[in-house]
Amino acid sequence: MIQFFLRRFFNIFPAFIGITLLTFSLIHLIPGDPVELRAGERGIDPVRHAAMRAEMGLDKPYYIQYLTYIGGVFKGDLGRSFVTKKPILEEFLTLFPATLELSICAMIFAIIFGVPAGIIAGIKRGTVFDHTVMGASLTGYSMPIFWWGLLMILFFSVNLGWTPVSGRMSALFWVDTNTGFMLIDAFNSNVPGAFKSALSHLILPSIVLGTIPLAVFARMTRSSMLEVLNEDYVRTAKAKGLPYRRVIMVHALRNAMIPVITVIGLQTGVLLAGAILTETIFAWPGVGKWILESIRRRDYPAIQGGILIIASLIICVNLAVDILYGIINPRIRHNS
Amino acid sequence: MSDTMTISNSNTAPLHPIKEFWKYFNENKGAVIGFYFIIFAILVAVFADFIAPHNPFEQYRDAFLQPPFWMEGGSTKFILGTDDVGRDILSRLIYGSRLSLFVGVIVVTLSLAAGIILGITSGYFGGYFEIIVMRLMDIILALPSLLLALAIVAILGPSLKNAILAIAIVVLPHYVRLTRASVMTEKSKDYVTASKVCGSSHFRMMFVVLLPNCMAPLIVQATLGFSTAILDAAALGFLGMGAQPPTPEWGAMLANALQFVQRAWWVVTFPGLAILLTVLAFNLAGDGLRDALDPKMKR
Repeated sequence: MIQFFLRRFFNIFPAFIGITLLTFSLIHLIPGDPVELRAGERGIDPVRHAAMRAEMGLDKPYYIQYLTYIGGVFKGDLGRSFVTKKPILEEFLTLFPATLELSICAMIFAIIFGVPAGIIAGIKRGTVFDHTVMGASLTGYSMPIFWWGLLMILFFSVNLGWTPVSGRMSALFWVDTNTGFMLIDAFNSNVPGAFKSALSHLILPSIVLGTIPLAVFARMTRSSMLEVLNEDYVRTAKAKGLPYRRVIMVHALRNAMIPVITVIGLQTGVLLAGAILTETIFAWPGVGKWILESIRRRDYPAIQGGILIIASLIICVNLAVDILYGIINPRIRHNS
Repeated sequence: MSDTMTISNSNTAPLHPIKEFWKYFNENKGAVIGFYFIIFAILVAVFADFIAPHNPFEQYRDAFLQPPFWMEGGSTKFILGTDDVGRDILSRLIYGSRLSLFVGVIVVTLSLAAGIILGITSGYFGGYFEIIVMRLMDIILALPSLLLALAIVAILGPSLKNAILAIAIVVLPHYVRLTRASVMTEKSKDYVTASKVCGSSHFRMMFVVLLPNCMAPLIVQATLGFSTAILDAAALGFLGMGAQPPTPEWGAMLANALQFVQRAWWVVTFPGLAILLTVLAFNLAGDGLRDALDPKMKR
């Protein structure tokens, strides 16, 4: 068991080193050099140019630069933004709770609708319900979510006036940000109406961001359910005369959920990519919008740092899923 | 009696591969609908010059944000209405189909070609080359596809050409992994050993002996790859990092649609619908292909 953990743990190092190499080369691949970028269109005189290059360590050989960069990364120093001059890590951490809050809500939405829909579709294979769920999930899977977001705003915010169009909180309320999670902060603040406002701001973005994962979960749960229902142990359970409910809930469902858990973990990357689009549409102040703005402003240290943190997060989540999978399913642990 | 039955059954000639394929593909009604929609989209793209009622770039100064013809204030001159500078939306959608299909074709061709070469060589030769290639692919996979595509576009500069290149790089690992996995299973089979004994060159082994037997999963992935490519290109266009205005690209047409949500729903609705239907058609067809080409599904 411990051997399994250690092996999986050491497997992530090559990927991590690769990501740092990628983000490190990013700054060297862009046309022009970082000093000229910082100087902007006015240009810079050669003496000052050389001084700044030395200051930024750009005159040293690449491997020294890379080692300095890696050393900084391990100390949590990801450089400073060209635009705001603030440390990248600090900027990321102040915005990350917003993205995390949105992603968690989207994930909850996707799981509570997608998984049961998939289970029922699997049990009632070939019925109208099954066809409807499968059709809807393929449509959801093919959805351009930036357009889906616009449609939701058009229908629910503009036509019906049910939900706000953008942001995390109505400007009428002022809530102290202690945790960074607006729902929790609003709940703790005791400002009347603040929690409701925060919640109503979350609904549409969560649905939009959760749509593709929902479709994936429904399809995955259904096919996993179908596979399990064909297994001998399910037939044995039925033959023993167990109640149908028990056969489904205990014998089939527990085994059918194993691959679904993996897929849920693997959707993290999809969520973070979707966050770039969703946050842009709903003016949600999270890391997705921040990275897009950094790309538009050509703020390279921010792009570099943002990509590194997000990729590392995804690698860690994948590792966690792998380990969890090994715990639930002993066959994986012993075979690999 | 039963003997003659068996004999007469075994005498029926096997179906021609294409007929057999169509028989299984045809069972999946969704796939057939998707297939016909793709044909329709291709025809629209090819004959855009003849069917589009207007020039996609022409701005009709007297018809800003005119609604579709069935609504009050609309006219049959602009069937799906006009956008904020008076361009005909239907014509822009028709020309947009050219761009989207073009993006799909180029991305799939690039990534399929590069993926096959990398996958087949790494699966066939193995060793350090394989480790390096596969690790590289793992790194690409560790990043969300849209984020990596954005980063590549950030380096190269926003344009449709760079967006295509970025998407081709992002989807590459899927093809490399699939090809390599098929090569690994095929490599140990007798026909491969036989060919090796006959003295086939490495090139012949890889591209004449192995490759044709690895194509089935690649065909499915390539079809599904069209939908990914179209969707990602539209997302990049929407974010202003792909096709640049005034190009009639479906994603770019939505880029500033947010400001018209309250006044002109048609500006928002139709380009997205075009993306959704095209992507859905490729996904339906890809699912059908998977079922038809997968021997396990044949009962």
